[in-house]
Amino acid sequence: MKIALFITCLTETYYPRVGIATVKVLEHLGHEIIFPRAQTCCGQPMYNNGFHDDARDLARRMIRVFEPYETVVTPSGSCAAMIRDYYPSLFQDDSDSQTAAETLAGKAYEFVELLVNVLNVDMRELGVRWEGTATYHYSCHLRGLGMTDEAIRLIRGIDGLEYRPMDGFDRCCGFGGTFSLNYPSISGNMVRDKVHNIRETGADAVICNDAGCAMNIAGACRREGITVRCVSLAEIIAEGLGLLDREDAL
Amino acid sequence: MTSTQTHSGERKPGEHPLNPKLPFDIKPRIKAAVADTHLRQSVKTATESKDRNRADAFRETFGPRYDQMRDLAGRIKQHTLDHLDVYLERFVDQATEAGVQVHYAADAEQANAICTAIARDNGCTRCVKSKSMVTEETRLVPALEAIGVETIETDLGEFILQLDGDAPSHIVTPMIHKDRRSVARAFQRELGAPYTEDPEQLTMIAREYLRQKYRQADLGISGANFLIAQTGTIVICTNEGNAGFTVHGPRIHIALAGIEKIIPKRSHLSVFLKLLARSSTSQPLTVYTTFITGPRREGEHDGPEQVHLILVDNGRTEILARSTRELLRCIRCGACLNTCPVFCTVGGGHAYGAIYSGPIGSAITPLFKGLENYPDLPHVCSLCGACAAVCPVKIDLPRHLIRLRREMVTDRITSRRDRLGYRAWATLLKRLPLYLVITTIQRYLFRALGKTGAKRGGFNDRRWIANLPGKVGGWTRERDLPTPTSSGFRTWWKTHHKKRMQPRR
Repeated sequence: MKIALFITCLTETYYPRVGIATVKVLEHLGHEIIFPRAQTCCGQPMYNNGFHDDARDLARRMIRVFEPYETVVTPSGSCAAMIRDYYPSLFQDDSDSQTAAETLAGKAYEFVELLVNVLNVDMRELGVRWEGTATYHYSCHLRGLGMTDEAIRLIRGIDGLEYRPMDGFDRCCGFGGTFSLNYPSISGNMVRDKVHNIRETGADAVICNDAGCAMNIAGACRREGITVRCVSLAEIIAEGLGLLDREDAL
Repeated sequence: MTSTQTHSGERKPGEHPLNPKLPFDIKPRIKAAVADTHLRQSVKTATESKDRNRADAFRETFGPRYDQMRDLAGRIKQHTLDHLDVYLERFVDQATEAGVQVHYAADAEQANAICTAIARDNGCTRCVKSKSMVTEETRLVPALEAIGVETIETDLGEFILQLDGDAPSHIVTPMIHKDRRSVARAFQRELGAPYTEDPEQLTMIAREYLRQKYRQADLGISGANFLIAQTGTIVICTNEGNAGFTVHGPRIHIALAGIEKIIPKRSHLSVFLKLLARSSTSQPLTVYTTFITGPRREGEHDGPEQVHLILVDNGRTEILARSTRELLRCIRCGACLNTCPVFCTVGGGHAYGAIYSGPIGSAITPLFKGLENYPDLPHVCSLCGACAAVCPVKIDLPRHLIRLRREMVTDRITSRRDRLGYRAWATLLKRLPLYLVITTIQRYLFRALGKTGAKRGGFNDRRWIANLPGKVGGWTRERDLPTPTSSGFRTWWKTHHKKRMQPRR
């Protein structure tokens, strides 16, 4: 399958290793990955803050950039949700653009979703082996994508990985984009609750598949003085297949 | 009794927790709520357990059909709202037929005026009242007291709040922000009861006191959970049976209800009663469900001589506009409050500054009171969507909050600084060269500020910033900020792509 990668601005700049892992895992599975150079941001910050004219411009841009490809994958739940849940509603007065937005929405997937629901990948068959204990944080925007336990099913299938379920695994970490800057004390309390729950699991790693949540959770773990590696499932799988050197990230 | 006391007992002269000076400044409330560790912890524990129990109750009863139930309930409500004129008329006809005197109040003032006129005309002086959010909206209790009608809240939570001069913080659990000690102190101070923190003893004290009030009352005031158009029936759900005492004993009963409380048929009630009780308190049904179809009839032993129903609009017909209509589906179950991480953190401190708090409050308060008066409410939300996932009538709350944010931009309520900032940001994102330039600037700037960090491969060597000035300083006050890595994804892609392409040549 030819798959176009939408890297997202935060992953591109702050978590390139997540993008590398995404590419390597999908190539390992025999797919051809294309990276359309013209891509920038999906417009989520503008949309969420009410700047819908700007969000619409950025959505048009995204639709154009990804128009040639059959499948689009992104390692971020919230950017996938922006495309899937909100793009079509931006063009209610413009049926051509709306159709184009729906086309993009229909072919865009979050990475884990693509693995589980489209490619039906089985970690055991694939022979993924990753030694260690890990817990999992469910990013809020997966709700909008209709995702539930896809990541957990993959995690449970990884040989050598001891999964430690977390209390309140599906509670918001408090990132919320500009929410974290506008209401820092509320956001800070939310992420400290998350860190507390991570600590309770005693896991060495917390799997987090969204760059925004990762920046927030990793930053709070560091501030609270707990040593836990904040890592994406794509990285775990890539390491578990020997596609990335685990030592690189330790 | 004045309501000028906050949960912690400090008096804030002039400012009612739920009717603050407008435009409402949320910042001091957030600050106080966050600083009160004890309060925050107790509200968090309470809401989280309610949320968990709700989820368990639905899983046990409906399993995977839970979502279909919500869908059905949402559709019934939406259908009713789409044809509200028809169903209102049907309800009024049926209720009138049954002997209910139906009144219509366009706003809070009118609702209170109708209520006080009925009390005055019938010479009522002692009123017992069951829990009703719409009477909180209209501030009915002070209006009755002003004409000399002693009005006692009979819902245990509301009773305690009334005694302590406090205000409700949660739609269903109004005193979620209070602990036993404050209740014990209030009972001792206001009722002359012996000091005890034992919940059972405290309940008995309240019970004794309220039983006497029920016997003396000549006016009973209630809200309504549902109004059945088919039969003209008023339905009230309680767990304490206080609505029964309130409406059956006194000779006059006045019910106040928002116009959105209508449901078409009796059979629809089975859907809503199941969802309401489970969503609010994880019960299969509320302990008491009171049905009122008209006053006492000839030959009947009990019931009031007169039943009045005041249908309250108070801003609702405006919300009936297409884009916001869905919000009127709300059955006030409080599930969105319990699941909301923001409410859990600041909800105990009356941080929303309005009758309705939590996600539903953030969505409807600006509609009731003016967006310009509550500019923070649409924004004090991480858009996590937990509320939409639990709403028993499937209101897409985050989408409504985003719509309000958009209105703030178009109506220029959003600050000029923010408007310019976002426009500039968007301009940079719309052009690849500019996007690449700001990405690079961001990389070098943040890495220069980042003090510590492990030396690893260039794609995972982020540094950390512990202290930043200005708006970003909010982030670093609470947690560290990771910097970009020394190389970005595009750099890797260029080399990777080249390598991958070579064998094919």
